Amino acid sequence: MPEITPSATEILEAFNEVPRLAKLDLLLEYADQLPEIPENFRDRPELLERVEECQSPVYLITEIESNRVRVYLTAPVEAPTTRGFASILQIALDNQSVQTVLEFDDGFISSLGLTELVSPLRIRGMHGMLNRIKRQVSEKI
Amino acid sequence: MTYPLDSDAKFQQYAHPEALVSTSWVDQHKGSAGLVIVECDEDILLYNTGHIPGAIKLDWHTELNHPVFRDYLNSTEMAALLSSKGISREDTIVLYGDKSNWWATYAFWVLKLFGHEDIRIMDGGRAKWIAEGREVTQETSPLASTEYPVVERDDSKIRAFKEDVLKHFGKPLIDVRSPQEYTGERTHMPDYPDEGAPRGGHIPTAASVPWAKAVYEDQTFKAIDELNVIYRQEAGINDSADVIAYCRIGERSSHTWFVLKYLIGIEKVRNYDGSWTEWGSAVRVPIVKGAEPGAVPVGF
Repeated sequence: MPEITPSATEILEAFNEVPRLAKLDLLLEYADQLPEIPENFRDRPELLERVEECQSPVYLITEIESNRVRVYLTAPVEAPTTRGFASILQIALDNQSVQTVLEFDDGFISSLGLTELVSPLRIRGMHGMLNRIKRQVSEKI
Repeated sequence: MTYPLDSDAKFQQYAHPEALVSTSWVDQHKGSAGLVIVECDEDILLYNTGHIPGAIKLDWHTELNHPVFRDYLNSTEMAALLSSKGISREDTIVLYGDKSNWWATYAFWVLKLFGHEDIRIMDGGRAKWIAEGREVTQETSPLASTEYPVVERDDSKIRAFKEDVLKHFGKPLIDVRSPQEYTGERTHMPDYPDEGAPRGGHIPTAASVPWAKAVYEDQTFKAIDELNVIYRQEAGINDSADVIAYCRIGERSSHTWFVLKYLIGIEKVRNYDGSWTEWGSAVRVPIVKGAEPGAVPVGF
């Protein structure tokens, strides 16, 4: 059964609590929280995977440390929407078990209630990130 | 024209100097009644990270496009949108945005379909404003709503449809996409998602002039001499030409449309907003692959 993580549930609750237009401000708050990727990857861009579904240059890499998935994403500050998507997924999936990440419910993205606000075209980028995270993890186990 | 024109010498070289203002002009006039500054970006949140004080946001995707079918808002819907934004028919609208004003010129084109008279682009856009260290704010200051009149959208002069393009062969067509999209190597812009055009290539006879050739690195428009070389000499467009420009969904070609019409002064320029996502998916239309424009197709 696909499920979401406790941190993803918190994010969902935060989005569901605020009025429609404030969701964008909330997304921007998440955008500001995206952590930098670790130094060892900063110097090795060739190790990162480009998320082709995103309009702006977004790169990701996952690592598995004793069955825990580490998720690292980069997105430019000039693309705050994409950065917000990256940050949300990073918070939702980082430090979760391999199985939890692989079974993470894709419906989480539409449950955020952002699709109409930011447009289905833009939200596709977020699906692209999630799919690629899952694919990388499945290839690494 | 409600507002004084920007007397910046650079703009005087262009066919329509009234369609441009500089960052310093905007800095000087911002906050004045009758002047509405509008930011239009690719990223819907960029405005929220900081914008010109007093500027309002207009989103190309969620606001200018029809929510259900592939078209722009109709006359009633546009009147409602502009009224809610606090824009009046007599207002001077200054548009600016990210990526060399790519989306600002798109909004310019859409608003011109409704005949709004005084619209100007801030040369250099958001990037130049920020690079010059001018003030930005996260504070939003919505304008009091207005009663923008219901104006019939006129698709006949600056908008082209697929049927118009099919009748256009033999007259100038400009493909403003990247060289790889033109040759058919790929169907979407490098770095951008594929929006579903299943065939690669270009419309027969179209000249390849990527849109960003019209701007400098600082995102301002090139001087008229340089634009003339690109569009008149190299692409062979002359004053009497009847030109149609296209890209993938009609936004990059709005930029070229603006350059041809307002800077170079070609009278008859239309933007084919169906562009490659329509043409490349349409049944029984001719397509050319490779770097050559190709001959006028027979039997279409």
